Amino acid sequence: MSTAVTPAKDEVLLSARDLTKRFGGLAAVNGVNLDLRRDRILAVIGPNGAGKSTLTNLLSGDILPSAGTVMMCGLDTTRYSPEAKSQRGLGRSYQKTNIFSSFTVWDNVRLAAQSRRRYAPWNPVQWFICADEQLSINASCERAIELSGLTARTNTVAATISHGEQRQLEIAMTLATEPQVLLLDEPLAGMGQAEAESMVELLLKLKKGHAICLVEHDMDAVFTLADSLTVMVNGQVIASGTPSEIRADTAVQAAYLGEEH
Amino acid sequence: MSAHSQVPLERLPRAVRIALLLGGLALAMFPLVPMDGRDFYLQMLTQMMILAIFAMSLDLLQGVTGLVSLGHAAFFGLAGYSLAFLMPTDMPISLWWSLPLTALGAALAALIIGVFVVRTHGIYFIMVTMAFAQMIYFLFFDNKSLGGSDGVYVSFKPQASIAGWDGIDLNNKVTFFYFTLILLAATYLFLRRLLFSPFGRALAGIRTNEHRMRAIGYGTYGYKLTAFTLAGGLAGVAGYLWAAQTGYVNPDLMGFHMSAHAIMMVILGGMGNIAGAIVGAFAFEYTLHLFKDTTKHWQLLMGCFIVLMVVFAPKGIMGLLVRQEEASK
Repeated sequence: MSTAVTPAKDEVLLSARDLTKRFGGLAAVNGVNLDLRRDRILAVIGPNGAGKSTLTNLLSGDILPSAGTVMMCGLDTTRYSPEAKSQRGLGRSYQKTNIFSSFTVWDNVRLAAQSRRRYAPWNPVQWFICADEQLSINASCERAIELSGLTARTNTVAATISHGEQRQLEIAMTLATEPQVLLLDEPLAGMGQAEAESMVELLLKLKKGHAICLVEHDMDAVFTLADSLTVMVNGQVIASGTPSEIRADTAVQAAYLGEEH
Repeated sequence: MSAHSQVPLERLPRAVRIALLLGGLALAMFPLVPMDGRDFYLQMLTQMMILAIFAMSLDLLQGVTGLVSLGHAAFFGLAGYSLAFLMPTDMPISLWWSLPLTALGAALAALIIGVFVVRTHGIYFIMVTMAFAQMIYFLFFDNKSLGGSDGVYVSFKPQASIAGWDGIDLNNKVTFFYFTLILLAATYLFLRRLLFSPFGRALAGIRTNEHRMRAIGYGTYGYKLTAFTLAGGLAGVAGYLWAAQTGYVNPDLMGFHMSAHAIMMVILGGMGNIAGAIVGAFAFEYTLHLFKDTTKHWQLLMGCFIVLMVVFAPKGIMGLLVRQEEASK
């Protein structure tokens, strides 16, 4: 990654305090606190409608919170636009595949990598250089594609690759923006077992150097990957802790894991 | 739909590029061919080339960025009027400053209007661009001092001699033809270059998925506003040429019909690859003249023609050409 200073392990890169989003009378997210640390994966779990996706959208800037703050690397980014947060080092993937489906895999990732060259659009240099000849962008694009295991699909149109590969592409695009904080909204959704396993492997690889927030329904994956868990029900955090603490938590068992145990 | 049909025709197959080049050469040779009524055809072709520049400028918005503007003629017309008002009645002004100035003026108008309209999306963008263009249309239409509904005459062709050499005499129809052809080629090369530049790739990304563009860190507003301004400036170049060639401007140049005319040319040719806009402009104008010569109910025929084209060749003439080329492989 491109960070110049040697990062402290466990450093808090993103922290949310009292994050609240009300839609009319409904508090979809209510007073949520969480800290994302470098080299750590925090999993957010909870039943459908618990507010996990709203939480992700609040953290990424897709929607603005009604109350509370989101700090990134010591900077108050609560009201930043998604693009400003991205430029500050936040990368997110979407629950529903959200790619440039008519572009090739390469062009998808290249566009993401290009966003790190901060030319203003009205800078005429941007109009005359050939996008395919930007070597440093090509290099980081290749890296992201290789890391996410899509090398064989580089020149395939994104709409035609399998669902699992599209999920990998989501990750590759996010990685190409060289983020420090990763918000992954159900990266395993709709994946077959083999695909899910390789995605888990990829996420383990990404743990180093990134602070990751993982919203996921696949409990096997969550307990394999997460260093800590936050359990949400009805917009509120009912428990947070290490995986073993969460397993032992009676409130969580009642609310969420109860039927499985 | 096959997967392939989702790929925009940005990269032109070799055969299509060769066909375009041959078409361009044929166009360049045309004035050399001796024929009766050559001046008439020269004027008609020059007009088609001007409209092709106009259509290409719209394609940057419509085909590349995905912004369908129903008010693009406003910038075409504003540039035409600028030339008309800049031109004194006693002697011609120089091309060398008046063309850049009018194009910049049109770009400035696009920038100011763009600040407001580019915030909107989809159908609202269409409505707001049309509303702005209609405002400008009626500003000129209802204002006697701006020429009113009668329009304004452009007394002279711009003067274009270089250091006393008057080889570039725009009063000469052949010279005007070549001058327009050069600007057509320059606009085409510029926009093709731009299409594959980082800026052009970002515009294509905005067309495909603006939400995702923001999530990967693009301030899409600035990109769209820049595209809108550039397109306005290029439409201004076309408007200037139009006013210079016809020697007359009226509010119709900036009206709703003119904007729709450009949209149809771009759709007919095939959107998003700039080349289609040229092909579309020529095909549209040719068909128009053909129908006008055939019957006085030419609008009816034109309507049928457009409907048939959209149904059977949704990707326009370029789409047909590419399909031909693929079939022959």
